[in-house]
Amino acid sequence: MELKDKLVSSFLAFENTVDVDAPVHDIRSNAIKIFEEKGFPSKKEEAWKYTSLNSVLKHDYSIFPKEENALEFKDVKKYFIYDLDTYKIVFIDGKYSSHLSETTHDKIDVCLMSSALDHVKYKPVIEAYFNKIAPKDGLTSLNTAFSKEGAYIHISKNIQADKPIQIIHFSTGKESAQMLQPRNLIVVGENSHVQIIERHQSLTDNPVLTNSVTEIYADKSAFVDCYKIQNDNQNASLIDNTFIEQHAKSVASVHTFAFGGNITRNNLNFYQKGEGIDSILNGVTIIEGKQHVDHNTLVHHTEPNCESHQDYKGIFDEKATGVFNGKIIVNKEAQKTNAFQSNNNILLSDKATINSKPQLEIFADDVKCSHGCTIGQLDENALFYMKSRGIGEKEARALLMYAFANNVLESVKIPQLKTRINKLIANKLGVNIGFDL
Amino acid sequence: MLEIKDLHASVEGKEILKGLNLNVKAGEVHAIMGPNGAGKSTLANVVAGKEEYEVTDGNILLEGEDIEELATEERAHKGVFLSFQYPVEIPGVTVTNFMKTAINETRKAKGLEEMPAKDMLKKIREKSELLEIDRKFLSRSLNQGFSGGEKKRNEIFQMAMMEPKLAILDETDSGLDIDALRIVANGVNKLKNDDNAIVVITHYQRLLDYIVPDFVHVLYDGKIVKSGTKELALELEEKGYDWIKEEINA
Ligand SMILES: Nc1ncnc2c1ncn2[C@@H]1O[C@H](COP(=O)(O)OP(=O)(O)OP(=O)(O)O)[C@@H](O)[C@H]1O
Ligand SMILES: [Mg+2]
Repeated sequence: MELKDKLVSSFLAFENTVDVDAPVHDIRSNAIKIFEEKGFPSKKEEAWKYTSLNSVLKHDYSIFPKEENALEFKDVKKYFIYDLDTYKIVFIDGKYSSHLSETTHDKIDVCLMSSALDHVKYKPVIEAYFNKIAPKDGLTSLNTAFSKEGAYIHISKNIQADKPIQIIHFSTGKESAQMLQPRNLIVVGENSHVQIIERHQSLTDNPVLTNSVTEIYADKSAFVDCYKIQNDNQNASLIDNTFIEQHAKSVASVHTFAFGGNITRNNLNFYQKGEGIDSILNGVTIIEGKQHVDHNTLVHHTEPNCESHQDYKGIFDEKATGVFNGKIIVNKEAQKTNAFQSNNNILLSDKATINSKPQLEIFADDVKCSHGCTIGQLDENALFYMKSRGIGEKEARALLMYAFANNVLESVKIPQLKTRINKLIANKLGVNIGFDL
Repeated sequence: MLEIKDLHASVEGKEILKGLNLNVKAGEVHAIMGPNGAGKSTLANVVAGKEEYEVTDGNILLEGEDIEELATEERAHKGVFLSFQYPVEIPGVTVTNFMKTAINETRKAKGLEEMPAKDMLKKIREKSELLEIDRKFLSRSLNQGFSGGEKKRNEIFQMAMMEPKLAILDETDSGLDIDALRIVANGVNKLKNDDNAIVVITHYQRLLDYIVPDFVHVLYDGKIVKSGTKELALELEEKGYDWIKEEINA
């Protein structure tokens, strides 16, 4: 059976596991209809021209985890930013692991989507925000139809979350092939602050397909700082859909570190709904082998005096392929918008490719928009310069790659995370750089 | 220290060095002058091991050892240093971090431990004082946005840090103002001793007033066509290169 048909016909079985009288269930029922109609995206669609899901859709995925699996912290410690005090929401094969998590209801709610969907206490928030920001395309609707578990974070007015929050999804490979569809909702009240670190990690070589949806609502003057670590193994594919609605004077940033996995597609949309908003989208992609990373971004400016800054760096070795598709829409009303976009790439092999495409739709006349895309190789003169100072080939290349990605790495505001990301890069490049960049 | 015998080198199939001979002994300073495009920087790059230059004939011996097969970094480990005519900008790597990496990589190659942080800092302080470099400068990205003169001064700072056996200074004087020239030349003189050697490539006699050469060579069309003492530099300054070209063609 094709995956689409299997998913659609599983919906009935899924309904047996949830409260069908809850208001969200109407949303789910609608969503499965949309998915049935639209299905998975194909390469015929402009936005999917360079990313084909065919190879990952062919597996016979189990859609619901059959059993609960446990993991010992010591075995998975390295996937946490463990030297940092954080709240943790951890899932194993799609099921919540209370053992590995640290949640709270003290001043802020850091807990599970399943309990938020089930308890009346959370009803007003769910009704106000759930599935309100996400667009209604096939993949998002698929996630909505099966939405049941994920992270639920709610911070009301004037609160600074006392520590960052880590959201980690493990898949253990107990199933021969597994599909995961986490659904996260993050609501940050007026003048409140939060930092979030997210990671998807497969622990075996069995195929995993994750279709994740995260909705983030940043109220007036809120500050939301998100980090995505995508360093998964060869057979894990990720479609990460993140949708952010921002209100006046809020600042939201998403930093995506794409260092591995099979096919990784990031759909990252920012919707600005107010004045004086700043949206920041940063990315570093370093991949090799046959890995594929696609960044599909949208920033929609609707009101005056807002900014957006996009800075994506990519380094592609061997047969790796990259896509950057950055769309900026500036409405007629959005005067004095400053929108910047840059996408710089280095190809380390002649078999690696990058498709980079800016799309600017500007309807206001008094705006500053700039975009730039470069594709190049490592600078031979710079390599020679470093080597002439006694620095070996491998280290010299690594230093140049660090230098290339440096301004994005510098934008990481959590020092322990920055150190970890530097180490991940050093590991990837097989070097030991004797200082923190 | 450095012995070059009948060196032929080409780039992209075009021969640039056409049978060049040079013999530099420890404790000596040699100056190489010559018209634009003669092959001076090519010589410097070939000695440092730049891969795009192909050595088609001849030998380069460093302390009697043929270094032709060695990679650029291995030559650096053996004490070859090149002060670049056009230093390269490396954003995101500070001068200090670059030097730490360079020194520790070199020590590693020699089987030594990394230099303790305290010693490293002391050395950086000493050498930056020698070249009158502001400390703030050292935490800036290497050469990025440096003025022409600052880049050159920074090259000699790196030389001071690396303490090479053989330093080739390719037009280090160009871009330096008069005071900076004095400071840099003074720095070079302090680094000079009986165990190392310096080759200065320059167009101007002025530098040689400060760094006094034992020998002056004229490089023309890929060969050393004339050698003499420091008086030769004065003569070139006065008369240009035409008389040498005539001598060769005669
Ligand atoms: N990488 C290269 N590719 C092509 N041609 C080169 C390359 N490097 C050097 N050349 C050529 O070799 C010749 C010698 O160049 P080189 O830079 O060695 O001259 P130079 O003596 O240092 O001159 P200047 O005084 O202007 O610095 C020139 O004709 C130059 O164009
Ligand atoms: Mg030159």
